[in-house]
Amino acid sequence: MALELKQIEKVVGRDVHIHPTDLVLEPGSFNILLGTTLAGKTTLMQLMAGLDRPTGGSVHFNGADVTGKRVQDRNVSMVYQQFINYPNFSVFENIASPLRVAKLPETEIKRRVGEIAELLKLSAMLDRKPSELSGGQQQRTAMARALVKDSDLVLLDEPLANLDFKLREELREELPKLFGDRDCVVVYATTEPTEALLLGGYTATMHEGRVTQFGPTGAIYRNPKDVISARVFSEPPINTAWVVKEGDRVALGNVAAWPAPDVLAGKPDGRYQIGLRPHHVLPLRADAADVPVAGEVLVTELSGSESVVHFKVGNETWVSLAHGIHAFDVGETAELFADMRHAFYFAPDGGLLAA
Amino acid sequence: MPQTKSWIVPTLYIFFLMLPIYWLVNMSFKTTNEILGGFSLYPKEFTLENYITIFTDPTWYTGYLNSLAYVGINTVLSVAVALPAAYAFSRYRFIGDKHLFFWLLTNRMAPPAVFALPFLQLYSAVGLFDTHIAVALAHTLFNIPLAVWILEGFMSGVPKELDETAYVDGHPFWSFFIKIFIPTIAAGIGVAAFFCFMFSWVELLLAKTLTSVDAKPIAATMTRTASTSGYELGLLAAAGTLTIIPGAFVIYFVRNYIAKGFALGRV
Repeated sequence: MALELKQIEKVVGRDVHIHPTDLVLEPGSFNILLGTTLAGKTTLMQLMAGLDRPTGGSVHFNGADVTGKRVQDRNVSMVYQQFINYPNFSVFENIASPLRVAKLPETEIKRRVGEIAELLKLSAMLDRKPSELSGGQQQRTAMARALVKDSDLVLLDEPLANLDFKLREELREELPKLFGDRDCVVVYATTEPTEALLLGGYTATMHEGRVTQFGPTGAIYRNPKDVISARVFSEPPINTAWVVKEGDRVALGNVAAWPAPDVLAGKPDGRYQIGLRPHHVLPLRADAADVPVAGEVLVTELSGSESVVHFKVGNETWVSLAHGIHAFDVGETAELFADMRHAFYFAPDGGLLAA
Repeated sequence: MPQTKSWIVPTLYIFFLMLPIYWLVNMSFKTTNEILGGFSLYPKEFTLENYITIFTDPTWYTGYLNSLAYVGINTVLSVAVALPAAYAFSRYRFIGDKHLFFWLLTNRMAPPAVFALPFLQLYSAVGLFDTHIAVALAHTLFNIPLAVWILEGFMSGVPKELDETAYVDGHPFWSFFIKIFIPTIAAGIGVAAFFCFMFSWVELLLAKTLTSVDAKPIAATMTRTASTSGYELGLLAAAGTLTIIPGAFVIYFVRNYIAKGFALGRV
């Protein structure tokens, strides 16, 4: 059940919502659309579902062109960020709704709703109305409705965003299990890089209506294709800066300088971009090769076990993420240590320089 | 002001509000002689004669039946037509949608008297004069825009993801609209129906102009107070009291929804 988008495009008036995009999602795969709000995740999902018509390009399912096909005839399921249930139906009828439309026999409906309700811990609430449930239960009802029919395509649009974090963790753990033995294509939209890493599967990073990179989640995280993909897939945001290569040295303004890495060997002197994840910038020197970077501290956020320090490096704001409590005063000039061996080096046009 | 005196203002308010209604009810239980005879705070010779006349004399009670008939037709017609229109305004963007929406509302700005003559001429020409349908149709001119306006507010309060979820589940549009969407906005439909009912119930000019005998509304009957026995004020008061009852009855059922409508800024 492969889903294939060919040069799909969505333009509304003069606004381009989705730039021409190619994407192939394999059967039985869990795919994550990762991007900030307005990156085009929801629009792309609506195009996949057939709720919206693309202005250009086509959607293929198992090789068949389904671009103009109504959503009713497509066998898809969708769960939204808001808890969407039919307020006048009981939880049982909410879950049974797609089966009723498909005119399944009553006993079969009872059996399948019972099974899915058991799986999502809704068995005790089947007679209630959705408004009598808690937020987590409402969202589980919506998910049960999406899972009760054997959809070819399941779209989950930030389904956990409106839940408190305990429930979110609980449901996130259950999610991959729910799809474990199905051969449908699952697409999951999220704004949180951490969530993408926890869920695994494949990730498409999205930025301003473009899919900037697509591949296995871990690989994408380790090898961002360009600066934009690296920015999308980093929380706290990845530290970037323009550096100048001169001979076998790389200099970040007059803040820091370090030996040029292998990836820059043989490249002409000039300006390059670097990206360094916050956990490679630490308040304490861990290794003799670490590069000291000094800057004015803007803010320090202390959680129970981690410190996040925002500080100025040249014109950029950098972030350090470290275990333990490291308090700095706002305005103080602090020296932090960057492990440049983990830095990504990007060409001036933003593309990653591979070794 | 001390806390203990805070009941005074609401009490005065309710007193002045209820005074005319009390007086109407009071009069309806008096004989015409007592009403004309002097001032009394309550009926000295309590009589049900006025009500008995209304419920037994066909010239009176058919007035009520006529009114209820055209008001009922009008309410059903207005809401039925306004539902799809309001859905379109709330869910789709099309050229001139905002102007059209506002223009609908401007229909209510013209006084009904403006339309009385053209309607009379038109309905006489097509043979609709003095029928319930004629009055019901005339009133839709004012009620449909109002119902569209109210329903659009309620519909826009329902996320469009509900529609999409239903389509994804496989519901065709009409199945979604009737089985899921209409029950979801039942409160809005109640409020819209209430306002259509009330407008049609109290409107006199068009109702009177477009009818003569067969569809004559109660309000028109009430304007003929003078009979051979002089002014029948008690009878008139009883008719007035009975006219208030349907409105009060309907208001009782939709009072919570109207508050919701006010909160949405549409009523």
